[in-house]
Amino acid sequence: LSPRSHASMEQCSAIANAMVASAFFTAAALAPEPRIKHFQIYHWDPDTTGDKPRICGPIVLDALINIKNEMDPTLTFRHSCICGTCAMNINGGNTLASLNKLDINTSKPIKSYPLPHMYVKDLVPAMNNFYAQYKSIEPFLNKRDESQEGKEQYHQTIRLAILKGLLEHPIYIFCACCSTSCPSYWWNGDQYLGPAVLMQAYCWLIESRDEFTEDRPSKDPFSLPKKKCHTLVFKTSHNDSPHVKSI
Amino acid sequence: MAALSTASRVLAKKVLSAKALPAVSQSSRKLHFSVYGKNNSKVSDGISTQYPVVDHEFDAVVVGAGGAGLRAAFGLSEAGFNTACVTKLFPTRSHTVAAQGGINAALGNMEGDDWRWHFYDTVKGSDWLGDQDAIHYMTEQAPHAVVELENFGMPFSRTEDGKIYQRAFGGQSLKFGKGGQAHRCCCVADRTGHSLLHTLYGRSLRYDTSYFVEYFALDLLMEDGECKGVIALCMEDGSIHRFRSKNTVIATGGYGRTYFSCTSAHTSTGDGNAMVTRAGLPCQDLEFVQFHPTGIYGAGCLITEGCRGEGGILINSEGERFMERYAPNAKDLASRDVVSRSITIEIREGRGCGPEKDHAYLQLHHLPPQQLATRLPGISETAMIFAGVDVTKEPIPVLPTVHYNMGGIPTNYRGQVITHTPEEGDKVVPGLFACGEAACASVHGANRLGANSLLDLVVFGRACAHTIADICTPGEKLSPLKTNAGEESVANLDKLRFADGNMRTSEIRVNMQKTMQNHAAVFRTGKVLKEGCDKMDAVYQTLDDIKTFDRGIVWNTDLVETLELQNLMLNAVQTINSAEQRQESRGAHSREDFKDRMDELDYAKPLAGQVRKPFEEHWRKHTLSTVDPKTGKVTLKYRPVIDNSLDAEDCAAIPPAIRSY
Repeated sequence: LSPRSHASMEQCSAIANAMVASAFFTAAALAPEPRIKHFQIYHWDPDTTGDKPRICGPIVLDALINIKNEMDPTLTFRHSCICGTCAMNINGGNTLASLNKLDINTSKPIKSYPLPHMYVKDLVPAMNNFYAQYKSIEPFLNKRDESQEGKEQYHQTIRLAILKGLLEHPIYIFCACCSTSCPSYWWNGDQYLGPAVLMQAYCWLIESRDEFTEDRPSKDPFSLPKKKCHTLVFKTSHNDSPHVKSI
Repeated sequence: MAALSTASRVLAKKVLSAKALPAVSQSSRKLHFSVYGKNNSKVSDGISTQYPVVDHEFDAVVVGAGGAGLRAAFGLSEAGFNTACVTKLFPTRSHTVAAQGGINAALGNMEGDDWRWHFYDTVKGSDWLGDQDAIHYMTEQAPHAVVELENFGMPFSRTEDGKIYQRAFGGQSLKFGKGGQAHRCCCVADRTGHSLLHTLYGRSLRYDTSYFVEYFALDLLMEDGECKGVIALCMEDGSIHRFRSKNTVIATGGYGRTYFSCTSAHTSTGDGNAMVTRAGLPCQDLEFVQFHPTGIYGAGCLITEGCRGEGGILINSEGERFMERYAPNAKDLASRDVVSRSITIEIREGRGCGPEKDHAYLQLHHLPPQQLATRLPGISETAMIFAGVDVTKEPIPVLPTVHYNMGGIPTNYRGQVITHTPEEGDKVVPGLFACGEAACASVHGANRLGANSLLDLVVFGRACAHTIADICTPGEKLSPLKTNAGEESVANLDKLRFADGNMRTSEIRVNMQKTMQNHAAVFRTGKVLKEGCDKMDAVYQTLDDIKTFDRGIVWNTDLVETLELQNLMLNAVQTINSAEQRQESRGAHSREDFKDRMDELDYAKPLAGQVRKPFEEHWRKHTLSTVDPKTGKVTLKYRPVIDNSLDAEDCAAIPPAIRSY
């Protein structure tokens, strides 16, 4: 990251740090009641935790689980399997806690924050807007005649190498790491689709089996959802940039 | 409304004024209902004034949004039913996403194939504990199910001429076992599960299913032996929701997390099995836990069987391809239970690898790097991240790891949940269905073949939708439900939220996991199992002494993990008690003190002249287990295996035989 963008990242993190929106819902009325929570900085220090390092595995998620089990069970974060749900900001970069190796240099703390601009509680981001944007690009196959569905394989004729590069490797997991490291998405997230969703829209545009390419909402290159991309190309620490380059 | 204000005061936290939030945060704080759901909910304080309940009405409710859950949910929406999908995870986070290898179907793209050969392989793989009518249904539907997925847009790997690529997989043969290795596992590189789930999720967005994401289902709403819906906790704001419906489909997956080392997600906690148990209904065959031969040593991450399908081999410390001794024909592609046992024996006999001689090696570097990059990119990355191994140069250290639960909620081949009495036989539980890993149809019997699970999900997910469409019409009036239905679940929730005993959730969980790992592993003996049952009973009792810390109601993961622990415990006690009682070795259940299969006839010898053993004296039968949740006491009954296919002329049933590869 360039110094300027790093500063703005820190700034955003600081603002985000100061506030957590927690909407208490009743069926009668939606009244968001923000509550202030200070994020802790998580240290992993083998000297004070005794033999925990041997029990704790080598990745950041293992440390978080360890902390939750043994020190503070109120620590809240999402985790399941290799699914992209544990995305968070670790030491300034968006990444997956389950793939991020613990830096065993004990003089440096590890700072974990939730993904920028999307809070619920602790390290849990609110993903509703992100999912709604994905739904808006119609991520499914459309055929003119679907009466024969289920009877015969469709042949895929697009250049398989491209599709493979985008769909198979690296694989797409909805982690939102890239979108939430994009300043344009921070500032216009309600209008701009963001790199993740744009990349998926592109995959469906080039999918040869789809017969409604022209009607896809994402086809118009000058529509607002795409216009906000200023090709800032911020990298996330676990993704390669082929995704962003393809846009 | 007074009740609501009380609730507001009880549940709200201290508020400080805040700066205006960026637009993104504000808009993302919308209600679940207005984003996805329909406006048919109302609030009541029928259960408690402290926990107001929101009531919803639907034609069908699906619990779980993995492969099976999604397929059932949008199948129902497609048929015109007003459907809710209640899930504790966002759909693409379900454990289906981690499946790697593929999905079996006799498409015949690589060589001539017949679904009846797939049927034979599956029946044999189940060690003749699978119900052959369900297996007939699944294998016959397989080609259609896979083509349907492809038509939904799933990006299968392709052969040179553009057809779906099929690889070799464990236990798959041609010509009823006599024609050599079959290639019928359709795959998307080594990320088939991920692709399948994303395809199904994308497709599901075409329909108007109401998704209730991050709602933790607490219990079934049962009245007079009929299932009338589900009660759930909204994790985002702590509200309680009752989903009333004529049809409830359980698709909540397996319970790998009862073990210390498993390939399963942290969220694989057997919630559906536990809900059914608390409703007084039985679970089936829980003692059959599959140990996948190749989980990464230490980390437990899965290395797909597809590696061996592409030519990878298992090596011991002497560099020997030891599977040639245990399974002369299939070698490394023998059935999973056979391979897991072989690896365990090699380690026990001192030929394990590594400094502690406690694992085996999976060698891939003899394969062309281009093939590894195209067909196995995912595990190449996994091996590097979790084992620090470059698969083009070094072998991967592997160990049998808990992977799958063959057992679950007993259903017939149409997905309807059943109970059983010796007098009346199988009886359907009205309003309740199950599919996927949570169910036990039983297509996998005592051991599951690789690449049959993804097939199981889509076929039986669809079957549940079809069965419901056959017996119901959309918009049918719901039968009345007591106003305080679900009271016990909320009382339990409240008790756990303020629990102030002496043992943390994580402590009790680790005790349970270690007990299962040490006492109910690949090889089991009576004495060790009995000890395990007693220890597990003691751990179960410590649930009364549990202590939680997070007293809030918003995103309280301490509470949710404790609810999950309750569910895991119910699964664990049934598993270990069923295993202790079953005195034979069949499929994945391997007893050192009872090494043989005990069928009604001795199939190793000529059958002429043999006398059929009575039901009580042999073990070719399903276990049905129930638990008294207050005491943790397990009761076991048994149910016969279904030995006939759906159509004897179309597909002859396979009589039991000795199982060797």
